Amino acid sequence: MNSSKYKYDSGLGSKKSLIIFLSPALLAILIFFFIPVISAFIMSFTDFSIYALADWNYIQFIGLDNYFRLFDDPLFWIALKNTFYFVITAGPLSIIASLTAAILLSSKLTAFKSFFRLSFFLPVVTTLVAVAIVWRFIYHPNFGLLNYFLSYFGISPIDWLGDPVWAMPAIILMAIWKSFGYNMIIFIAGLQNIPEQLYEAAEIEGANSWHKFHHITLPLLAPTTLFVGIITLIGFFQLFAEPYIMTQGGPLNSTLSIVQYMYQEGFRWWNMGYSAAIAFVLFTIIFTGSIIQLKMKKND
Amino acid sequence: MYQVGKIAVLFLIFILGCANSENDPTVLKFWAMGAEGEYVSQLLPEFEKENPNIEVKVQQVPWTAAQEKLITAFASDKLPDVFQLGNTWVPQFHSLSAIENLSEYVEKSTSIDESNYFPGIWDTNVLDSTIYGIPWYIDTRVLYYRSDILKKAGFDHPPRTWDELYEISKSIKKVLADKNKYAIYLPSNEWAPFVIWGLQNNATLLKSNNSYGNFSSPEFKEAFAFITKFHKEKLAPIGMTEVNNVFQAFKDEYFSMYISGPWNIKDFKLWLTDSLENSWMIAPLPAPTDEYPGASLAGGSSLVINSKSEVKQEAWKLIEFLSRKKVQLEFYKLLNDLPAVKSAWMDSIFVNDKFLKVFYTQFLNVKATPKIAEWEQIAFSKIQQYAEYTVREVMTVDEALAALDKDINEILKKRRWLLDKNEQ
Repeated sequence: MNSSKYKYDSGLGSKKSLIIFLSPALLAILIFFFIPVISAFIMSFTDFSIYALADWNYIQFIGLDNYFRLFDDPLFWIALKNTFYFVITAGPLSIIASLTAAILLSSKLTAFKSFFRLSFFLPVVTTLVAVAIVWRFIYHPNFGLLNYFLSYFGISPIDWLGDPVWAMPAIILMAIWKSFGYNMIIFIAGLQNIPEQLYEAAEIEGANSWHKFHHITLPLLAPTTLFVGIITLIGFFQLFAEPYIMTQGGPLNSTLSIVQYMYQEGFRWWNMGYSAAIAFVLFTIIFTGSIIQLKMKKND
Repeated sequence: MYQVGKIAVLFLIFILGCANSENDPTVLKFWAMGAEGEYVSQLLPEFEKENPNIEVKVQQVPWTAAQEKLITAFASDKLPDVFQLGNTWVPQFHSLSAIENLSEYVEKSTSIDESNYFPGIWDTNVLDSTIYGIPWYIDTRVLYYRSDILKKAGFDHPPRTWDELYEISKSIKKVLADKNKYAIYLPSNEWAPFVIWGLQNNATLLKSNNSYGNFSSPEFKEAFAFITKFHKEKLAPIGMTEVNNVFQAFKDEYFSMYISGPWNIKDFKLWLTDSLENSWMIAPLPAPTDEYPGASLAGGSSLVINSKSEVKQEAWKLIEFLSRKKVQLEFYKLLNDLPAVKSAWMDSIFVNDKFLKVFYTQFLNVKATPKIAEWEQIAFSKIQQYAEYTVREVMTVDEALAALDKDINEILKKRRWLLDKNEQ
């Protein structure tokens, strides 16, 4: 009895202090996260536009109209399709690239490790605008480096950023190059946590390198891969800067991403209501994607 | 004794402080964009000398973020007293009731007079027969052309009519005989030429008090079909990625004609040097009929007063100062912005410059785009989008213009609702 009462009191006391200590953080989250999110959610049911800034009476509640309009909006579907195209291709490719790079860099046979690690990581910390200018020249149809290289294989020049078919692959290639270094560092950290003895034991049992990779590296890297997978998914769904700078969504809207469309509607044309609706659709997609990934890992 | 002295000193400081604050000059906040914002401060010492009780605080706003910044400033009640607006933005800020009606100021003014401005440019600042902005500097689009290549193609003068433009283009393509060289550059991410052609053909772009799209009208359709013909017949390049640098491309004969504004004169002069120095020129735009020159766009920037400013008289004084002939000329010398006041154009620099003479002729025939808040969105997102769809032959002219009207009607839904509401 006594002990349970004591426990109860301490529980209450610690709860109080808990709230006191957490309140600054909670307040900040409330003001800078929950209130804006809730107001955006409410806004998505209105026709908030530039006129609303002049006079609040010009705002109408229009229920689900914004969401219905989205389903009727060909540009929204194009943007959604492009974003999925990007995530589905660039996501796995980026993870494979960073895992490969991490394994190669962790190998004892690799020389100049820190040099390579630095070179692979450098794109991550370079300003995208500078990178984009360089890549625009690499992709130039007439005197670009990529077409020059391809010409040795007898491939005729491709208008990388100007052809609706090739623009997205070009963006994907650049996005992978720009981002895989970050995941690589996380994978390297993950690889270092795998005890060396496991490999030694496997070698004694006669395992070859594929066996070791398949039965030791991959399973033990699973938590890292899950983390990298979710972070990449969330990041790639928010594709914005690359097409914004390289192609402005073109040609023929073939690189228009959902975030870019949202930005245009919201901050270029001030259709805040419509833009908020797009934001919540994107939120739902990312949320569902992350949940599915988590569930899949749990079932493993 | 010591104490008393200390108090006396403090009192003295207090008195001086008060006196000082009474003589404090009125602070006038002024926002200007890009290069204008950078250079205008060089003109202001003279203004402050004439008006010792006014202190102008200039803030430079980058062009790319200007509209966003201004609207955010409006939403948070932080707009400056006087600011620069691209003249197509005037309707937007008018619809927000953010800018002051200047009719009375102009009426009373001894220095600003409507007759001293190009009518087409002045008109862009007039909404419901009321003036909201005073033109500061102006621009319009003309035809840049390579006279040497036109000569090679058998023409000793720039095109005066649409038909002639087409003929010249075909000849250039034939003479240069290179699949990587084009006659004219009409990129679909520049809406201006597409709209200019429509305006030249007397198309009404929007109908019913600017509340519905009217791009399917026969006039616009004819103009749009004409201009997109250049792409379809490979007289103009379809893509935009080949041209990383228009100056280089113009020099390399990638294209021989280009429709652009005064801001490019300086760079074309820099790129086309030595033997090419006299190989290019500019001309007013061709016309659909024989009435040369054809109309162009009335562009430029205006100065406006914040309707909530507490120092409107001072703000107006600054606008008057910046509109003086002498100041406008100085401004031109600083950064080549073309003066809005006509009297400045009578100066010897202007009369003797072969390029400026062309601009003067063109300014006499300029037209405004529809003066509604949504115009920017219609032009930059929708017209460019459907121009690209047509140029790349994803859609026919008819399909593209019908889809354009449909999208515009969706954009203008709110405007129609407001018009209805205000009628009741």
